[in-house]
Amino acid sequence: MLSSALRTSLRRTATSQTSTPARALATWAQIEMGPPDAILGITEAFKRDGDARKMNLGVGAYRTDEGKPYVLGAVRKAEEALLAKRLDKEYLPITGLAKFTGAAAELAYGADSSALGRVAITQTISGTGALRVGGAFLQRFYKTQQTVYLPSPSWGNHAAVFRDCGLKVANYRYYDAATRGLNLGAMLDDLRALPRGSIVLLHACAHNPTGVDPTPAQWQQIQSVVEEREHLAFFDMAYQGFASGDADRDAAALRAFVAAGKAPVVLSQSFAKNMGLYGERVGTFSIVGADAAERDRLLSQIKILVRPLYSNPPINGARIASEVLNNAPLRTEWLGEVKQMADRIIGMRTALRSRLEELGSAHSWNHITDQIGMFCYTGLKPEQVDRLAKDFHIYLTRDGRVSVAGITTANVNYLAESIHSVTKN
Amino acid sequence: MSYFANIPEAPADSILKLSVQSKADPSSNKVDLGVGAYRDNNGKPWILPVVSKASSRLATDPGFNHEYLSVGGLPALTGGAQTLIFGQNSRAIDDKRVYTIQTISGTGANMVGAVFLKQFKRPENAAVYISKPTWGNHRSIFQTAGHEVREYRYCNYETLGLDIDGMVADLRAAPEGQIIVLHACAHNPTGIDPTAEQWQQIADAMEERGHFPFFDCAYQGFATGDVDRDAYAIRLFVARGFELLVAESFAKNMGLYGERTGCLHAVTRSADLIPAVSSQLNRLSRATISTAAAYGAKVAGTVLQDPELYKEWLDNMAEMSSRIKTMRDALRDKLVELGTPGTWDHVSNQIGMFSFTGLSKPQVAALKEKYHMYLTEDGRISVAGLNTGNIDYAAKAIDDVVRNVK
Repeated sequence: MLSSALRTSLRRTATSQTSTPARALATWAQIEMGPPDAILGITEAFKRDGDARKMNLGVGAYRTDEGKPYVLGAVRKAEEALLAKRLDKEYLPITGLAKFTGAAAELAYGADSSALGRVAITQTISGTGALRVGGAFLQRFYKTQQTVYLPSPSWGNHAAVFRDCGLKVANYRYYDAATRGLNLGAMLDDLRALPRGSIVLLHACAHNPTGVDPTPAQWQQIQSVVEEREHLAFFDMAYQGFASGDADRDAAALRAFVAAGKAPVVLSQSFAKNMGLYGERVGTFSIVGADAAERDRLLSQIKILVRPLYSNPPINGARIASEVLNNAPLRTEWLGEVKQMADRIIGMRTALRSRLEELGSAHSWNHITDQIGMFCYTGLKPEQVDRLAKDFHIYLTRDGRVSVAGITTANVNYLAESIHSVTKN
Repeated sequence: MSYFANIPEAPADSILKLSVQSKADPSSNKVDLGVGAYRDNNGKPWILPVVSKASSRLATDPGFNHEYLSVGGLPALTGGAQTLIFGQNSRAIDDKRVYTIQTISGTGANMVGAVFLKQFKRPENAAVYISKPTWGNHRSIFQTAGHEVREYRYCNYETLGLDIDGMVADLRAAPEGQIIVLHACAHNPTGIDPTAEQWQQIADAMEERGHFPFFDCAYQGFATGDVDRDAYAIRLFVARGFELLVAESFAKNMGLYGERTGCLHAVTRSADLIPAVSSQLNRLSRATISTAAAYGAKVAGTVLQDPELYKEWLDNMAEMSSRIKTMRDALRDKLVELGTPGTWDHVSNQIGMFSFTGLSKPQVAALKEKYHMYLTEDGRISVAGLNTGNIDYAAKAIDDVVRNVK
């Protein structure tokens, strides 16, 4: 039985529907179609393809040799341990789970780093969220320069994130298409030429999308120039442990900058790939401060930035990561699994290159094994990429980037043959 | 000299600061009426039984993994959330003119909506109007997104009821085409909700001036215990032809708090607007978080999509909302019994997690110092912090400060 108030309002609603509609703003009408996301669009196309041989070499998520998503053993054990604890779901503090961020800082900077007592660190929505908080922080407080310089090329989302923070985005030369390696000379020239105190984004390891990393000696040169020009080093580390299989090795460049202490360093850190926590959105953003007091001031400002963005970060993934990092046996198991993932990827690189050489390809494919991490910049042109999709049901981004994790012993030959088909002349 | 040396210390968030103080207080009498999180009658956080069930299902599901969600979010969540908000027989959903994107709980939804509106609002200089008072983070969110923020009258500080005349007058006096933030139910911090009639008046004024509604819905099911009743205002506006945004949170009504589970819904006039609107929301979310948090979404999605679990959820919510109502009535009755000066009907008339008691700043301070009772300076109490164990103590404490502290 409807209350009279409810009946009245329903009557009014019925009347309104037949009268002139609400004078709506023309808010939606002039909104243009947004650009399709290049990377995620590949997965859509792949899903629509019905061919049994299809391969998804688009998104950077690790796959087993069976082509399946991989939940790490250490992660499973951590989840079981957490279930047994029957924890509540109360809000985390704004800067996240302290046991997690503390362990994450140690992992990144090194357990014996002098920086640990003065790092302002916050948990973030994975690496993207870290870049966003970092960009917002620099936009508000780094008044020297308001342009972020990205390597050319860089992860497709970098520019969007920093622009949405209100920063300008520009590039420094990085990838050499001729050698499919690093164009160190051009990179150093460009970094030297930037306005003093520029924000320089550096991929800590396993460069995305090229897989081209500087050698330790090359890193030293890069560091010299950054310090000489008093630039701010914004490290993006999304693949620690996943690149070489050794977490300390992969963090070497970051740690060298921090040890020298000459350039300001900020860090975006992701556990999406190295712990396989992708959708749980586990990451951190940190600033290396001068001392503990500065750290506290920086943290106070970071909290002000974060509160309106999302209040506080998600608990589930952080608890898993904390359990893994802080529990010695789990941590050891985890590092072993990361090495296994890295080794499988290196194995697939070797297999792909060998097969292409066996097929008698006239091109050089050394870069496949010279490059490192999740991705390989094959050197394939957009037209060739399109043919791979259309004729061979193999999907990768049009810049020629292959997610090596999508390659398995079952499909590496097919991939090699297909690449050979579209590249032989 | 550090680059960062001249960055000043920022003030601490006042509500969270209160929580820190309360936690640090060793007194066995302490009563925490600060942060808005549900507590059971033992003063403990409460995992909804249905949430435990859903979590167990996920734990034993051999297909469970941690893969990325799509940019739009988990369909089980976003689809279920749409039906929850707009109703089983929603014309807007049938007409395919609703787009839903998963967000980092309610805050994330508010921010995505705020950034979207900054980019696309018409007129370009439209201000965002928030109720006086409102959730502390609203002003910060909309200002951070770049809007000018203004207030409309809401709370009648004499009666501690709705100042409907003031509200409607302010909506009418505003320039045309402004953005109005409305609490769908269980207003935070006052607990004062418009009646159905008053919602019609509000809708009339908004229609007259061509204002754009942005609903913040953080307590659906938690206010009256009835999800359809709590969604009345939103559904009224949709039925009356408004285009609008709804920021939705599952923090309180599913007790998912730290899992950060929420959605932003956009209702457009026609389906052909959805491709553009959805692509732009996706684009800006991608540049902020890439994709939203999976675990809480899977829990919520499991509950929303399973008819039995859904029913059990409604029962769990009814349990929370009725315990809160019981505490409201109990507090009011005890204050009346004690003969505490003033009228206290507002405590039981207000609805949801919070009550605007009308206590003054000095009275609030005295409650903290003398009675180890923690509430925000504006006199807001989180009713869920009251239970049968502390209600007498709380009533006597309030009685004391009302009589002796001005």
